[in-house]
Amino acid sequence: MKLQSRHLLGLEGVRKEDITLILDTAISFKEVLERPIKKVPPLQGKTIVNLFFESSTRTRISFELAERRLSADVVNFTAVGSSVSKGETLKDTARNIEAMKIDMVVIRHASSGAPHFLTRVVEANVINAGDGAHEHPTQALLDMMTLREKYGKLEGLRVCIVGDILHSRVARSNIYGLKTMGVDVSVCGPATMIPRNIEALGVRVYYRLEDVIPQVDALNVLRIQLERQKSGLFPSLREYHRFFGVTKEKVDRAPKPITIMHPGPINRDVELSADLADGPHSVILEQVTNGEAVRMAVLYLLGTSN
Amino acid sequence: MKLHLKSGRLIDPTKGKDVVTDMLIVDGRIERIGQSLSADRSFETIDLKNKVIAPGFIDMHVHLREPGYEHKETIETGCASAAAGGFTAVCCMPNTNPTIDEESVARYVQEEGRRVTGGLVDVYPIAAATKGRKGEELAPMAELSKAGAVGFSDDGSPIASAELMRRVLEYSSMYGLPVIQHAEEQTLTKNGLMNEGLVATRLGMPGIPPIAEELIIERDIILLRYVPLSKYHVAHISTSGSIGCVRRAKAEKLNITCEVAPHHFTLTDAAVESFATNLKMSPPLRTKDDVQALKEALRDGTIDVIATDHAPHTIDEKEVEYAQAPFGIVGLETAIGLSVTELVNQKYLTLNQLIEKLSINPRRILSLSVINIQEGETANLTVFDPEKEWVVDIQAFKSKSKNSPFHGRRLKGKTIGIINNGKSWFV
Repeated sequence: MKLQSRHLLGLEGVRKEDITLILDTAISFKEVLERPIKKVPPLQGKTIVNLFFESSTRTRISFELAERRLSADVVNFTAVGSSVSKGETLKDTARNIEAMKIDMVVIRHASSGAPHFLTRVVEANVINAGDGAHEHPTQALLDMMTLREKYGKLEGLRVCIVGDILHSRVARSNIYGLKTMGVDVSVCGPATMIPRNIEALGVRVYYRLEDVIPQVDALNVLRIQLERQKSGLFPSLREYHRFFGVTKEKVDRAPKPITIMHPGPINRDVELSADLADGPHSVILEQVTNGEAVRMAVLYLLGTSN
Repeated sequence: MKLHLKSGRLIDPTKGKDVVTDMLIVDGRIERIGQSLSADRSFETIDLKNKVIAPGFIDMHVHLREPGYEHKETIETGCASAAAGGFTAVCCMPNTNPTIDEESVARYVQEEGRRVTGGLVDVYPIAAATKGRKGEELAPMAELSKAGAVGFSDDGSPIASAELMRRVLEYSSMYGLPVIQHAEEQTLTKNGLMNEGLVATRLGMPGIPPIAEELIIERDIILLRYVPLSKYHVAHISTSGSIGCVRRAKAEKLNITCEVAPHHFTLTDAAVESFATNLKMSPPLRTKDDVQALKEALRDGTIDVIATDHAPHTIDEKEVEYAQAPFGIVGLETAIGLSVTELVNQKYLTLNQLIEKLSINPRRILSLSVINIQEGETANLTVFDPEKEWVVDIQAFKSKSKNSPFHGRRLKGKTIGIINNGKSWFV
């Protein structure tokens, strides 16, 4: 079985079969993670560069571990202190690194479309580890893997993404992936953080958590960035927490337990209360483990298809 | 120079003329106009069967980049591009370095234009409305108009302050020259990269809402009503809402005109899906409904002018991430092709109306002399083939820059040549 594309740039337009293939493959890699020796050989001899133009700890570590566990050679490139700060263009950086004979590039970048640009200037397989507010496909895949594990299937589930949808690549990738898999998706957040025409993507919009909580199986809670307050999108963290923070008090009013997800890192007691984050219905650490498995699956499927 | 233009279709909207005719041109002057003229061997004969002869086209919105940004374009390469695109005149925008905000720079661009083209392409400066285009103090408009400026604009930036805009309108009204507004309420467009709407939402791109353009136009209309003797021209109009504003102001008989760029009536924001940076311009590509509104407005005369907003940038400047790329695309060499393909062939404009929007109306707005196509007059002519099909090849561009989203596009309608000030250029 092969994926349709030789890159993973996003989940918009990715076929149901391909998502299923990645999720199924991830299950067998998750099993590898349970072994005493967590290493398998499929990418032996392959060289992968993690090109990170935006600070990230957990995604980069997650990718790096996934790459090493597949026996690939790994190089990390972070923009801080690199040639980029000396004015080198992304194109030059990428071409120079490619001239060192690499096979795959994992890129995180603050600009939407940067991974797409990369596919036009290098030959390597490109994996998007987050581009601007556009997509973060492996995050959505690990979210889907976590939900599928918990419920046995995705189709028919009801998921609400809560928070700053406007700036969230996690939200977009989740919307595309979940919709393709037959999940009922809604979003909830302050009106200033709901992008225009989002309903056209087939999601319902809520402005009150109380209205959406009784309607869903899971809440995917996004991190709120404090700097959005300065740009006038919300008045204060206190108000945000009161009205859009996911708390035990609010979810306890639901007729049945609600699964709590968060892409991390959490602002505890801001967008999500600590008791919920650590509570019995939280799958947040499961998401992190599944992130490993999903990234191994993606790297494996793309890296062995050439 | 002795030319025998043979069997061309002369369309002269000012005289309501549309006839197949011959024309003899000697040293830049129209010697004879008439059917089946004979000319001796000293004349070069150009067969113009099924080709259109029109009063010379002018592109009133061009960034020639010189002085200051000669790596993108020079007056020489920009004028060569204009000639290849069928324009006998261009207006150069003042966002050069130094800015065209004082006499010497205004004179320089005209003289350099004459020097490099020998008069084939007239270069008319649009001067800055405010010093340094900073939106703080009035530019010396009287001196600038004496030095040949044909309009005032801070193009690239709006004249943001309502107070200063009022003063610009008042001051410029003494000289009868238009104030050309880049209508953008910048507090609404901060960090914006493309039209705000479904496509931007899908792509996670910061949006430029249509209302940012409409707010400034509506505000300026209120100012114009208060300063009715001034002339106000909207640059590169792009939204359906803006069209509504201009249409209502025109119904009120205010001194308002506007222009549209070919890319805005040809492409929509859906194209940005590719993240190709040659789709990044300001104002951005809008929606299908906006494109439809622009075409209707061209048809009903709400839009007076087609102008390209020719904005050269080098390949290196454009071959970067979308957010990092500069705004703007080149347009001189695809203007006729896009206009004929999108407007004439789709029956929004007749050839006569197209010529009005590329020659008659812009010259009227800029208070330039009417081109008189009759015996004894200087020939200022554009010749084009409205039936010629061709494929855009950026490598064939005369412009120094190749930043066009239309590479590989099949168009109908192409320049054959131009004649101006005793000079001629033919394909």
